[in-house]
This record gives sequence, structure tokens and C-alpha cells, in this order.
Amino acid sequence: MFPRPIQQASPAAQTTYKTLLPLALIMWLLPLIAVAVFSVKPASDFTQGNYWGMPGSFDLIDNYSQVFFNSDMPRYMLNSVLITVPTVIGAVALSAMAGFALGIYKFRSNLWVFFMFVAGNFVPFQILMVPVRDLTLDMGLYNTKTGLVLFHIAFQTGFCTLFMRNFIRALPFPLIEAARVEGVAEWRIFWFVVLPLMKPALAALAVLIFTFIWNDYFWAIVLTQGPDAQPVTAGITSFNAQYRAAYHLMSAGSIVAALPPVLMFFLMQKHFIAGLTLGAVK
Amino acid sequence: MTVTALPDTEATPPKRGWYKRNEIAVTPWLFLAPAILFFAVYVIIPIFQSFSISLYDWDGLGEARFVGMANYQELVTDRAFEVSLWNNLKWLVFYLLAIPAGLFIALFLNQTVTGIRIYKSLFFSPFVLSQVVVGLVFAWFYLPNEGLLSNMLGWFGLGPVNVLGDPTWATYGIIAAGLWPQTAYCMILYLTGLNAVDPEQVEAARLDGAKGWKMLWYVIIPQLKPATFIAFVVTIIGALRSFDLISIMTNGGPFGQTRVLSFYMFEKALSEYGFRMGYGAAIAVVLFLIMLVFIAYFLFSMYREERGGR
Repeated sequence: MFPRPIQQASPAAQTTYKTLLPLALIMWLLPLIAVAVFSVKPASDFTQGNYWGMPGSFDLIDNYSQVFFNSDMPRYMLNSVLITVPTVIGAVALSAMAGFALGIYKFRSNLWVFFMFVAGNFVPFQILMVPVRDLTLDMGLYNTKTGLVLFHIAFQTGFCTLFMRNFIRALPFPLIEAARVEGVAEWRIFWFVVLPLMKPALAALAVLIFTFIWNDYFWAIVLTQGPDAQPVTAGITSFNAQYRAAYHLMSAGSIVAALPPVLMFFLMQKHFIAGLTLGAVK
Repeated sequence: MTVTALPDTEATPPKRGWYKRNEIAVTPWLFLAPAILFFAVYVIIPIFQSFSISLYDWDGLGEARFVGMANYQELVTDRAFEVSLWNNLKWLVFYLLAIPAGLFIALFLNQTVTGIRIYKSLFFSPFVLSQVVVGLVFAWFYLPNEGLLSNMLGWFGLGPVNVLGDPTWATYGIIAAGLWPQTAYCMILYLTGLNAVDPEQVEAARLDGAKGWKMLWYVIIPQLKPATFIAFVVTIIGALRSFDLISIMTNGGPFGQTRVLSFYMFEKALSEYGFRMGYGAAIAVVLFLIMLVFIAYFLFSMYREERGGR
């Protein structure tokens, strides 16, 4: 193990390490802690210039109920859910199939198709912006959640296929050969043999895509406008315009907007990290 | 000849249909079809469309007028484009600091004391925040009078600073905000990598008297190569994709000094500065070509790997 386990160091070094840990964490999360503190302060603190002192009173419930009951935030949150969940399902389904095709079968253009997905996944969004916006307008899907979902599914399929294909490649191939010898149809091999083995990959991708899509901002402002379809990342800017300089409300709003992916991460930590670090070890 | 899409395999058909005979060859394409269709319509074809739009003068609604290379000629003399290009370079260079910073934190956290898992998760948490929230948080952190940064500098007797209002420093301020989640990402890659470092090699090197920096440089880092490669890929892509932070923190200002290509393109094509789709597409093409250099390198690396593997 590197660095040398701290247990082998002198007691003084161990104590130093254990005090350094929380200090470093506080430093690291300082901007976030500041916002959390802001979000429970009363409005009077800001008008009196008490930005960084002790909160005048503890107004957590007041501030957050403002966000939930006195703004468009709940609508934006609902939009985010209605955009994120179908995208996760769509992208995972499409890429599970594509990954199966690319991971199991040997055909001449296999690697090229695979590289198309990988390369497409890396392109800058701006090269797609004008045509995709145009296409969405032509289909009458501008400023709808469906328009965003369709694009997100398509784009995320690139990354997901890369992930799925590499995962399926690592499965024991004799299993599939055995099924073929038994005369099992190919689509049944997919459904009954490969898919059950892919559960960890499906879970990992689902949490990752959830986070990516929840946090998307660029496509939200390109393809939607207003509280009818905009997700929370775009909505937060209108929220902030509504409560300009009301830092306690803007902070509370940001925390509400950020919470779902944070919760998702802490609840599904194992899958999340497995997804992100696939390929970091050979 | 009957083509049955999904033949019932329970019953053995007397005659093998066309699908049955070509099952192995046809199935992968059936499985690939939906993904390829979506990807082609929304990703592959638009790339080529952007190339073609960049040759037109078009406001997005009316008739497009063919202007040949005029948009690109205009780019050459466009000061704002030049500034954006330089800022992209700054992003590329300084964003890469996330890799050593992530390695440093990973080494710091790679211990087994009580509660270390919680520490690792909390150190990683900035990555799951949306860039919009990161941008807001840092914009408030940088506020000239009320912000925490100015207040902390005040404790040391240093004057308040207006990071985002200063044309020279604003870009670095935004990059610093971007480094926060990116470092967390690199950290988690390296923590996973460190977990897989061969303990026997480390012990053998220790017996040979290697320790500290030498151990890190000659024994550990070579074994972290896969993690470093991925960290490099995601950081480069992230640097060239930077848009959200700029849009939230400065909206390109002050005086357009924090624009990057991705932001400038959006401004030209879709904001109050006018709907110049053709010119925007030309900027996007330049950004795409820069990215293409890296994409080609990544694909080449992957290709070599594939050759080595099965």
C-alpha cells in the first residue's frame, strides 16, 4: 500500500493526520458550507451587512418553504424529473442492446461502429447546437420535455454504449457459446443470459446518467425556455432573477436544485464510483 | 421465403427460414439499429450539417445565403474570437492541474483510519453538483465586498478583491471554480487506481530502499497509467466544453474577456447579440477541429489497446 499506512507511523504523526483530515475537509467544502450557512440566515442579516457573522436567527424552515411554496422551483424540479427519468431508461435500453451487439458479435465493421459512438460522445456540444435546435423546431418539439429527452437519449447513447460494450466484453464468452450450442435464439441469449449478468453495469450507468442529465444546463437553455419545460438548472437563473440579492433564498434554491444528484450519489455510491472509474484499473 | 422477425424457438420449425439461417449475421444489426438511428440523427448528421451551415449567412428563420468562406475570413480578424481562443488555451493548460491535485488528495486519503470512507465521499461530492450550482457558489465566494474570499483576505490585512470583475483575473477565477469538481473526479480515479497497485511491487521496492518521491515516481505512477489516461481524457474534454460556469459566473464579461469558443459561439448564434447561425457554426467548426485532434489521439490509443486484447 502506498503511502505507508499511517498506523505504522509515530503516534504524533497519527494524531497530526487525524486532526488534518477534518480541517482539510472543511477547507475543501468551504464554498459549499458558506452557501449552507447562507440558506438558514434571515433576510435581515443581509440588509444589516451581517454576511459572515453568526446567523441572527435560524430560519431554515422559513427560507426553504419560500422556495417550495412561493416560487416556480417545484415546477422546475418536476420538469427535471420528467426529463431525467425517461432519458435514463431510454439511454440504458438502447446502449444495452448496442453494447450487446458490439461486445458479442464479430463482424467486419464492429470496431468502426464502436469508434463512431466513442468519437461522437466526445464532440463539443456547439457543433450540434444549430442543427439539433433546428430539427427540434421542425418536429414541433421546441420548448417541450420530449424534445430534450430525445436529444439526451441520443447523445448519452454514445457514452453508455462505450461502457456497456466494455463491460460485456469482460463477461465469460463460453457462457454464450454454451447457450448457442443448446440452440437458444440470439435474442433470448441477450434477455436471459447476458442481461442478468449486466445488472451492475445497468445500475452504474443509471445513476451516472441521472446525474449528468439532471445537471445539464447547455441543452436546457438551447431547447427550452420558461417554466413549462425548463429543468431546474435553467430555472434557477430565473429564480435568482426573481429574488435578486436575497442571498438566503438564492442559497436555499441552489441547495434544493443540487440535492437530488447528491442524494443519488450517497445512496448509490458503490455503483456510481464503479461507473466513473471503469477502465481506471487494468 | 418468409422473413419472421422473432421466430418462436420452442417449436422446431420444419424449414429453416431466412432469419434462422442468417441469425448470427443479422442479429447484431437488429440490436444496433435503434442506437445507430438515434445517434445518426442527433449527433453524426448534425456535425456535417454544421459544416455546411458555416458556409451560409443565416439568421435561423429566413432564407440562408451562400457566402463560401466569408465567415471564416471574418473569424481571422475578429478580436473577440482571438480572445476566446486564448482563453480556451488557458483552460486547457490550467484545467490539467486537476490531475496532480487529484493525485495529491488521493494520496492523502489513501489510508485506513476510522471514517475514511465518509471523508472520501465528502471530498468527492463537489463532482455531483451541477456546474450551475458550482458557478453560483463560487460567484458568491468571489463577491468583492460580501464574499468569503475578500473577507478571508481581510483577516490578513489584504484589500478586498473583485476577481470576476477584473478582466485579467476573471478567467482564472472561473477556472479555479471548475478545478474544484474536476479535482474531485481525478481524485476518485486515482483512489481506485491506488487500490489496485500491486502491494508486492511496493514491498519489493521498499526493501530496495525506495521511498517517498522516488517510490511515487518510479513505482506508483507507472502503475497508475490507466487512471492517468482517463483523467487526462475527461479533463481535456471538460476544459474544451466549459460553458456553464462562464455563462453563470460572468456571462462572458467583463468586456468579453472570459469568453471561450463554446460560449462565444452560443452568444453569436443564440443570444441578444443576434442570430448569426452561420458565423456561430463556423466558430463551432473551429472548436470541433481542435477537439478532433484529441479525439483522434484517444481513439488511436484505444485502437492499440483493442489490438493487444481479444
